Amino acid sequence: MSVRSLAIGLGSTPKRVLPGFGLSLGISLTFVSLMLLLPMTGLFGQLAGLSLAEYWAIITNDRVVASYVVTIGAAAVAAIVNAAFGLLLAWVLVRYEFPGKRLLDALMDLPFALPTAVAGITLATLYSSNGWMGQLLEPLGLQVAYTWVGIALAMSFTSIPFVVRTVQPVLEDMPHEMDEAALTLGASDFTGFRRVILPHLWPALVTGTGLAFVRSLGEFGAIIFIAGNMPYETEITALMIFVRLQEYDYAGASAIASVVLFASLALLLAINIWQGRFIKRLHGGHG
Amino acid sequence: MRLSPLRRTLLAAAVGFGLATPALAAEREILNSSYDIARELFAAINPEFRNHWQSEHGEEIGIQQSHGGSSAQARAILQGLRADVVTYNQVTDVQVLADAGLVAEDWQQQLPNNASPYYSTTAFLVRKDNPKSIESWDDLVRDDVKMVFPNPKTSGNGRYTYLAAWGFADREFDGDEEQIHDFMRTFLRNVAVFDTGGRGATTSFIERGIGDVLISFESEVNNIRQEYGEDDYEVIVPPVSILAEFPVAVVEPNAERNGNLDLAQAYLDYLYSEEAQRMLAGFNYRVHHEAVVEEFADRFPDTELLLVEDIAGSWEEAMETHFDSGGLLDQLQRRR
Repeated sequence: MSVRSLAIGLGSTPKRVLPGFGLSLGISLTFVSLMLLLPMTGLFGQLAGLSLAEYWAIITNDRVVASYVVTIGAAAVAAIVNAAFGLLLAWVLVRYEFPGKRLLDALMDLPFALPTAVAGITLATLYSSNGWMGQLLEPLGLQVAYTWVGIALAMSFTSIPFVVRTVQPVLEDMPHEMDEAALTLGASDFTGFRRVILPHLWPALVTGTGLAFVRSLGEFGAIIFIAGNMPYETEITALMIFVRLQEYDYAGASAIASVVLFASLALLLAINIWQGRFIKRLHGGHG
Repeated sequence: MRLSPLRRTLLAAAVGFGLATPALAAEREILNSSYDIARELFAAINPEFRNHWQSEHGEEIGIQQSHGGSSAQARAILQGLRADVVTYNQVTDVQVLADAGLVAEDWQQQLPNNASPYYSTTAFLVRKDNPKSIESWDDLVRDDVKMVFPNPKTSGNGRYTYLAAWGFADREFDGDEEQIHDFMRTFLRNVAVFDTGGRGATTSFIERGIGDVLISFESEVNNIRQEYGEDDYEVIVPPVSILAEFPVAVVEPNAERNGNLDLAQAYLDYLYSEEAQRMLAGFNYRVHHEAVVEEFADRFPDTELLLVEDIAGSWEEAMETHFDSGGLLDQLQRRR
C-alpha cells in the first residue's frame, strides 16, 4: 500500500496540506528527540557512573536473572494465549453481526484506558483463595494469585488489545470472497483457514503478538498486586528496578532498566524488519 | 498556588484598594510530605493546626498532604518536590535529605526525642481468638504459620519487622550468628506475600484472607482492627519488639523559598503539644506527653522495645549490612 501511494506521489506533485517535506521532517525529528531520545539519554546519563564490570555485576545478579526468567516466561505464555484468543476475538468482531457487538468492540480498549494498578488489584481480589474465581479453582489444585500463573494472567489482561487491534483492520480489508472461493474450490475449512486466511493475517498476528510480548516485559502496576513478589519465584524485573530505586541506587535501577529497554528495542526492530520482508515477499515486486 | 513576588505585591495592592474579595487573599500553604498510612492521621491534625495558627496569628493558612512510601517521598523531594516539612516513619529517609543538604545536619537534635514527636512498635494482628496461638516471634517460625508483612526492600515498615525479628533472635540465641541466620531464614520463608507497602499487606491479609498473622506498626494494626471489626481480629503485642521512631524535619531550603519557615517550624512544634499528642494517641501511636501517656495507659501494653542501634549499630549500618543489594536479607532469601 505504501509503495502504491509513493508511486502516485512520484508521478505528479499533489498539493500538500502540511508545509513541505523539509519543515515537516525537521519538526518531527525535533519532537522525537525531545519526547523519546532525551529521556533515553537521561537513562544512559544515570549509567555513566558505572564501570562495565559493575554494570555486568548488577544485570547478572542471580536474583535479577531469576526475575528475567519469571518475566520472560510469563510474558511468552501471555503472548501465546493472546495470539490465539486475540485472533478469535478479532474474527468474531469483524465477521459476525450480533447484539452488543459495539460494546464488545469498545471493551477491547479497556486495558489501555484502565490504570493497570486497578486491573492488578481487581485480578488479585478475584483470584485469591477467597475470591470468586479463586474459590472455584483452589479445590482443583489450581492456584493463580501469587504464582507465575497470576503474573501471566495480569500480562494477558494488559496486552490483549495489541493483538486484537492489529489483526482487526487486516481482517476487515480481506474480502469474504477469498475464503469462500477457497471453499467452492473444494478446500476443507481448515485448509481454507491455513492456506488462504492465515497467510494474510500472519504479519499482523505476529506483530500484535510481538507488541503484546514487549508490553508485558515492562508491565509493573498490574502485576505486583497479584505476583506475591517472592524472591526467585514471583519477582518481575520491573520490581527489581523499583527495589533499586528504593535503595536510592539510581545507577543500578538504570542498569536493569537498560536491559529491558534493549530487549524491547531489539524485539521491536526485529518485528519491523521481519514484517517489511514478509510484505515484500507476499506482494512480490509490484505490490 | 504559588505567587511570584510581583504578583503578590500586585495582589496586596489590590487588596489595599479594596478590589479583591477576601477569598483571593494570598493564602500561605505548606506541604507535608509523609508516609503512606499517615493520611488519616494528618487529615485529622491539619485542621486543628490551622485553627491553632489562626487564633494565635490571625492568619488563614492551608496545608497540603502528600503521601506515599516514605523512601519514594524522599526521592521526590530530592528530585525537586517543594515540600516544606517531612514526617516519615524511618530515620534513613530523613537522613538522605540531610545528606543532600535539604535538612539541617543536626536535625535529630533540633526537636525533642530525636525529632520524633511520637513512636510505635511492631505488633501482630491475628484472626479471631488467635487460632494459631501466636504470642511472640518464635511462634512465627513454626511450620503451620504463614505471615504477611511488606517487603523490607521497599518498605520502612517491613524493615522494622525484619529488624525486630532479628533483635529477638539475637537475644534468644545469645548472639550465635548461625542460629540467628537459621531463624531468620525460616522466618522469611514463612512469608506468604511480600507486598510493596503497608496498605497492600493489609489488603492481602484482610480482604484476601491470606496468612495467619499480619505484622505492622502497633498503631496500624490497632487502627485496622477498629476499622474492620473488633470481633474478627485481635492485636498481639509481643513481649519484645522494636522502637519505631517517626522522625520529622523542616526542609529548610524549600520552606525558605516558599516563605514558610516560621509556619513549617510551628507545624512540627505543634505535633508535640498536648492537643496533638492526644490526637496521636487516639490514632494508637505512643507519645511522650506525660498527661496523655497516663490517660491512654491501658491502650499500650508494657513491652520491651529494642533500639535499632542495639540490633544493628545504627540505621546506616542496618541498611548497609542487611538491606542493601547483596546484604544479609538477600543472602537469607537465596534459594538453596
